Amino acid sequence: MKTIQLAHGSGGKKMYELIKNTILAELGINTDKGLDDAAELHVETSRLAFTTDSFVVKPLFFSGGNIGSLAVSGTVNDLLMKGAVPKYLSLGLIIEEGFALEDLNTILKDIKKHCDHAGVTIVTGDTKVVGKGEADGIFINTTGVGEIIPDTHIKGSNAKPGQAVIVSGTIGEHGVAVMAKRNELELQGNIKSDAMPLTNTVLPLLETFGASVQVLRDPTRGGVATTLNEIALDSHVEITIDEAVLPVSPHVQAVSDLLGFDPLYLPCEGRFLALVDGNKADDILNFLNKQDPTNKACIIGTVDKETTTGGVMLTTLTGGKRVLDLPVGELLPRIC
Amino acid sequence: MNNLNNHELLKNLSKQLKARKVNKPITLMEVCGTHTMAIHRTGLNQMLPDNLRLVSGPGCPVCVTGVSYIDTAIDMAKQHDVLLTTFGDMMRVPGSKENLSEIRSQGHAVDVVYSPLGALELAEKNKDKNIVFLAVGFETTTPTIAATVALAKQKNIKNFYVLPAHKLVIPALEALISDPDLKLDGFILPGHVSTILGSKPYDFIAKKHSMSCVITGFEAADVIQGVHMLIDQIESKDPKIEIQYKRVAHEVGNPKARALVDEIYEPCDAIWRGFGSIPMSGLKLRPAFEAFDALKAFPVTVNDEVENTGCECGAVLQGKITPPDCALYGQACTPEYPIGPCMVSSEGTCAAYYKYRQR
Amino acid sequence: MCLGVPMKILELHDDGFAIAESGSVNLKISTKLLEKVNLGDYVIIHAGFAIEILDEKAAMETFALLKELAKSHEEVESEQLE
Repeated sequence: MKTIQLAHGSGGKKMYELIKNTILAELGINTDKGLDDAAELHVETSRLAFTTDSFVVKPLFFSGGNIGSLAVSGTVNDLLMKGAVPKYLSLGLIIEEGFALEDLNTILKDIKKHCDHAGVTIVTGDTKVVGKGEADGIFINTTGVGEIIPDTHIKGSNAKPGQAVIVSGTIGEHGVAVMAKRNELELQGNIKSDAMPLTNTVLPLLETFGASVQVLRDPTRGGVATTLNEIALDSHVEITIDEAVLPVSPHVQAVSDLLGFDPLYLPCEGRFLALVDGNKADDILNFLNKQDPTNKACIIGTVDKETTTGGVMLTTLTGGKRVLDLPVGELLPRIC
Repeated sequence: MNNLNNHELLKNLSKQLKARKVNKPITLMEVCGTHTMAIHRTGLNQMLPDNLRLVSGPGCPVCVTGVSYIDTAIDMAKQHDVLLTTFGDMMRVPGSKENLSEIRSQGHAVDVVYSPLGALELAEKNKDKNIVFLAVGFETTTPTIAATVALAKQKNIKNFYVLPAHKLVIPALEALISDPDLKLDGFILPGHVSTILGSKPYDFIAKKHSMSCVITGFEAADVIQGVHMLIDQIESKDPKIEIQYKRVAHEVGNPKARALVDEIYEPCDAIWRGFGSIPMSGLKLRPAFEAFDALKAFPVTVNDEVENTGCECGAVLQGKITPPDCALYGQACTPEYPIGPCMVSSEGTCAAYYKYRQR
Repeated sequence: MCLGVPMKILELHDDGFAIAESGSVNLKISTKLLEKVNLGDYVIIHAGFAIEILDEKAAMETFALLKELAKSHEEVESEQLE
C-alpha cells in the first residue's frame, strides 16, 4: 500500500511530485503556467468576506462525507452566512507519515466535487508532513474569500423583536453521523452527514428576499441551541423556540434517545438558521421548500423582546417554557 | 410510544393537571433521577396543580456515589497499569482533588462506553491491557453488568475487572421513610428499576407506612397519569402500590435478571453520599467471581468519605431541600463549575433544576 | 441512567445477541436478561441489553386512557367557555 512519507513534505522532488501529480491533479488545477508563492485575486467589489477554519474531525470518513467535504462546506458556508458569494479557497494540509495515499485521493476527490458544487476555486495551498503519531491522519485548514452582495449587511447582532427564526432542514444529522461511526455501538441505518455547501440555496434566497433576511448562521458545533444563544447574546434579545415544530428525523431521534443526547445540541454541516422579517417568513419558507422539499425547512420560533443579556427559551410539548441554555462541557469532541 | 408525545394530547393533559383541585397539601417524591430530568426538561414542573409539591430523591446512582469512589478509581489509574472504562456521566463528577476527565487530559487511560459490553469488548481486543469498568448503577443497570461478568467468565477473559458501586433502592427508601424530618405522602417510583424488581418489594411502604406509590414511566404523559393516580390514592386514603407503566413494569418484575445478579453478587453495606452508610444497600462480588474484582487485582488505599464544604447535595438527595434552597446553587455551583455531583450528573437534581430553569 | 429506549427485534442470533431497530437505526443488543424473545417483539433497551418485552396491548390501553382523560378536559373547557 502506498503511503505518505516524510520526504513528501521536505521540499524536494518527492514533494513536488506529490503536489503536482496527486494533489493538484485530483483538484483539477492546471500548472502549465507554474506555481507562485501567492495567488493573485481579482474581485468585483470592495467589500470582501474572509474566513478560516481548521478541520480535525474524527473519524476522517463517515456516512455522507469525510474531512474533505467538511473542509469545503464549512468555509464556503461561513462566507455565505455573511451574505457573500464564495469565490476562492486556500487548502492547507498537515499529513501524518504513513497516511494511505488512497485515502488522500478520496479526500481530494471529495474536495474537488464540493468546490465544483459550490462554485469556488482553490487558488493556493500548503502541504506539510509530520512524523508518525504527530497528526492523527490528516488535519486540514481552508481559508475563504467571498464578495459580499451589494447592500447586504448580515450580522449576528441584527436580531430584533418580531423576526421569525427559520431552520433550513432537519437538525443533528452530522452529529449523529460522526457519533455513529465513533461509538462502540456500530449503529447502522439511514444515518448520513448533511455536510454540503449551501451556495445554491442561500444565494437565490438573498437575491429574492434581500434585506428581509437579517441574520444567517450555520449551526455547527453545539447545534441549533448554541448558535441561537450566540445570536441572542450578540443582539441582546430573547428568542423563543417551539419544541413541537422542530424538524428531527426518526434516525436522529433514535440515536439521541439511545445515547442520551438532545438533537438541539447536535451539529449540522449543511443547514442554516435565518432570522427574517416576520411579515416575510411564510413567503421565505415556501421559497425554501419549493427549492428542495426533502429538506423540510420550517419556522421554529420568534425573536420576542430585547433584554440586557440575551438568551433562548423553549416552549415544551406540555406548554411549559424553560431556558434552552448553552451546553456545558465537551458534548462531542472533534466533530468538524 | 410516539403517540404519547402527541402535542395536542400533552397540552390538554398538562392544562388538566394544572387545573386539578387538590384538597389538602400533598408532597410527593420522585425517586429516580431520570424522572427528575424528564419532569424539568418537559416543563411538567410548571404544570403541577396548586397544593402539590414535588421533591427529588436519591435515585441518581452517580450522585450517591461517594467522593472516595472517584478517588479510588483515580488512584487506581495512576498507580496501576489499567484502562478505566465508565458510563459518560461519571467523567466530570468531582473527587476530592480532580475528576476523571481531568486525569484523562493528563494522559491516563479513561474511555467512555455506552454499555458494560463495550468494556468487555475492549478487554477482548486488547489482551495486553487491564480493563476496569466502573460499575455504578441501580437495579436497572446492575443486571447488565452481572451479565457481562458472566459472559467474561464464560469466555475465560482474564483482563476484565469491575469496581463495584452498585446501590439498592429499597434500603434507601427504608432509610428515607424512617427519617422523622421527611414528610411525604407518596412516591413516584422508578419505572425501569421496577421493571427488574416488580412491585412486591415496595409493599411495606403502603402497608407499614400508609404511603401511596405509583410505578411510573418516563414520558411526560406517563408522569401526568402517575401523578393523577397518586392524588387519587391519597385523597381516597387508600395507599397501595399501583403500576402506571403497565406496558413495561409488571408485578413479578424480571426474575431472570434478578437471578443473574444473585449468582454474581451478594449484598453488603454501602456508603451513600448524603446518607452515610446504609446497611445491605450495596453489592459485592461473590467469592466465585473475585477474579473480576478490580480492588483485589489493583489495590489502592480507600479513603474515608469527605464532603466538600458548603455542599448540600446530601440534603437534596434526601428530599429535605430543593436545589434553590442551597446557598451555592447557581452561584458558586453551576454545571460549568460544579461543586457537588447533583450539579454535574446527567441525572442530578441540581443539574435538572438549573439546566431547565424558567429564567 | 435509567434511560430505556423501545426498539423492535429484527434478527435473533444464537449467541444471546440480537439486532434491534428504531427509526431505521439498527443496533446489536444482548437478550441474555430475558427468557424468550421473538422476532418482531418490541423490547426496552438499557445499556445494550433488552430488559423487558413491551406489552403492546397495555401500551394501547394506556394511550386510550390518556386520550380519554385529555378529551374530558377539552369538554370541561368548552363548557366553561359557553
